[in-house]
Amino acid sequence: MRFDTIRIDHQAIFELVDSRSSVLDLGCGNGDLLYLLIKEKQVRGQGIDIDEKAIYRSVEKGLNVLHGDIDSGLSEYRDNSFDYVILNQSLQQVRRLETVLDHALRVGRNVIVGFPNFAYYKARLQLFFLGRAPVTSSLPYTWYESPNVHFFSIRDFLDYCRKRSIKVRRALYLGEGLRIPVFANLFATTGIFLISR
Amino acid sequence: MEKIKEALKKEAGSAGEVRTQSVTFPEGVNLDSGESLAPVEIAYETYGTLNQEKSNAVLIAHALSGDAHVAGFHPGEDTFGWWDEMVGPGKAFDTDKYFVICSNVLGGCKGSTGPSSINPKTQRPYALDFPLISINDMVRCQKKLIDHLGIEKLVSVAGGSMGGMQVLSWLNLYPGSVKSVIPIATCLKHSPQQIAFNEVGRQAIMSDPDWKSGNYYGSCLPAKGLAVARMIGHITYMSDSSMSSKFGRQKKDTAGPFKFTPDFEVEGYLRYRGDNFVKRFDANSYLYITKAMDNFDLWETKGPEELFKGTQARVLVIAFKSDWLYPPYQSKEIVKACKRAGLQVSYCQIHSTYGHDAFLLETAQESHLISHFLKKAFYEYEVTGRYEV
Repeated sequence: MRFDTIRIDHQAIFELVDSRSSVLDLGCGNGDLLYLLIKEKQVRGQGIDIDEKAIYRSVEKGLNVLHGDIDSGLSEYRDNSFDYVILNQSLQQVRRLETVLDHALRVGRNVIVGFPNFAYYKARLQLFFLGRAPVTSSLPYTWYESPNVHFFSIRDFLDYCRKRSIKVRRALYLGEGLRIPVFANLFATTGIFLISR
Repeated sequence: MEKIKEALKKEAGSAGEVRTQSVTFPEGVNLDSGESLAPVEIAYETYGTLNQEKSNAVLIAHALSGDAHVAGFHPGEDTFGWWDEMVGPGKAFDTDKYFVICSNVLGGCKGSTGPSSINPKTQRPYALDFPLISINDMVRCQKKLIDHLGIEKLVSVAGGSMGGMQVLSWLNLYPGSVKSVIPIATCLKHSPQQIAFNEVGRQAIMSDPDWKSGNYYGSCLPAKGLAVARMIGHITYMSDSSMSSKFGRQKKDTAGPFKFTPDFEVEGYLRYRGDNFVKRFDANSYLYITKAMDNFDLWETKGPEELFKGTQARVLVIAFKSDWLYPPYQSKEIVKACKRAGLQVSYCQIHSTYGHDAFLLETAQESHLISHFLKKAFYEYEVTGRYEV
C-alpha cells in the first residue's frame, strides 16, 4: 500500500497516533484506518460500528470489532483504557454528542476528532447565494438523506473546547486533497483535532 | 471410481465418512457437586488431520440435544452431522487446515457416560442414581479428552446455545489452553425465563406415568412426556416471524375423527418433532442436562469485575436479532465482561428472523465471521506479518 493512496484524513490521523499505543475507533466502518494503524504502527486496536456489513469487512481484516452503537458501547470501558479514542466522521452523527465526547475523554488519554466543517466557503456560498442546504465533498448528503444530526464549524468546535476546558493539543485542517495552513474555518472541508482533558 | 467418488466428496465440501470413537477414563471425574463419577466414557468424532506440532485443533461443543456427530456421515447413513454446513474441507471450520473435535457431553445419551449408562456398582442403568452434573463438569471431561489426544492448546473452542456455555466455561477454567473462543447465541448465566421453559419440559417428563421416577429402562419409555418437552423446546427455538413464514395458518389435509387432532401445520410439525425426538434421546439425560444449563452461572464463582481477568484468548461473540430465548443482551453481557477483562473481543449481532435456531441455520454469515476469525487466531498476527505457525 502506498501512503499517498490512503485517504487524506487517515493520513492526518496516522500522524497523530504514536506507535505501539492502544486505539479505540468509534465508527470504524470497514476498518481501513484501524488496519493501517495496526499494520504500520503496531497499535493494539478495537473498533465499534453500528453497521453489520462493516463488522464483516472488519473481521475479514482480522480486526477486533464490536457491533453496536457508539453511545452505549463506550460507558462499559474503564477510565484511561486506551491511549487514543478516535471519532473520525462519526461525532456529527451521534445523537448525544456531549455524552459521547465526555466518555471518550474519560476512556481515552487522548481523543482524535475528525468532522466536516460546516463553514467551508463553498457551503457558505451555497447557503448565501442559492439559499440551499449545502452539499460539499465533506458534507456529501442532501438534507433528506443525511445521517448527520449535528452541523458545526471548526470555530464552533474550538469555542466548545475552550468553554469545556478541553485541551486542544494538535489541529490539522484538510481541504480537497491538501492541507490548509491558514483561514481554516473558511478553506478547510475537514478539521482533525487531538484533544484531551 | 473410488478416486472420483473421493474427489466428488471433496468438491462438495463434505467432511466425508466418519465414525464415532470412544475413550474411557477409569479414574473418572470430580464433579462440581462434590461427588465423583468413575469410570467416565466419552464419545467423540474427529475431522481433518492433527499436525505434527498438534497446534491446529479446534473443539466444537454441542447444544442440549446434539451429539459428537457434527459433520460428515456415518457409514451406511445418508444424513449429515448437525453442523455439517460449517465443518468440512473449505468450510468455516476448514478440515483441510484444522483438526476438528466434537464430543458428546457428560450426562448425554450418545455414547458418553450418562444416566442411561450402566452403573458398575449395580450393573443396571444409573437412572436417578446418576450424580448431578454441571456445564463445568462437561468441560472437565472435554479437557481430559484433549489431554488424551496430546493437545496442549486449542486454536479455538466454539459452540452455540449450551455449546456456548461450555465455551465460556473453557475460558474460565482453562484459559491457558485456548487461543480463542467463539460463544454463539449463549449467556453468562441462565435467566429466569430460560429456567422456566426448561422446568416445564422437565415437568412434562416427570408427570408421564411411564417415567417411573426415572426407572423406565427396559420397559415403556416416557415418550409422551419427552415429546411434549421437545415441543416446548421447539417453540422457544423459533420466532413469531419464522413460524408465520414456515406455517402461516395453513391447515393439514387430513381431517381426523377426534376433535383435537392437529388441524394446523404448526401442530403437525411440533408433534412430528416431538415424536422423532423420543426415538433418539433419553428422557433422564434431558432432565440432567437441562438442570446443568439452569445451574450455569459464571458470576457465581467470580464477580463481573473478576471474570476472565488475566486471560489472553481472543473472543468472537455472535448473537441473532430474533433470538428471544438467548437474546442479544445476554451476548452483550459476555462482551462487557471481556471488555472489562481487557480481552480482544469481536461481536456481531446477525440480522436473522429464525430465532434461536439461527445459530444452526445462518451458516453463511457465521462462516464468514468464523473463518476469518479462526485464521487470525491460528496465524496469530497475520496483519503485522508476524506468523506464529
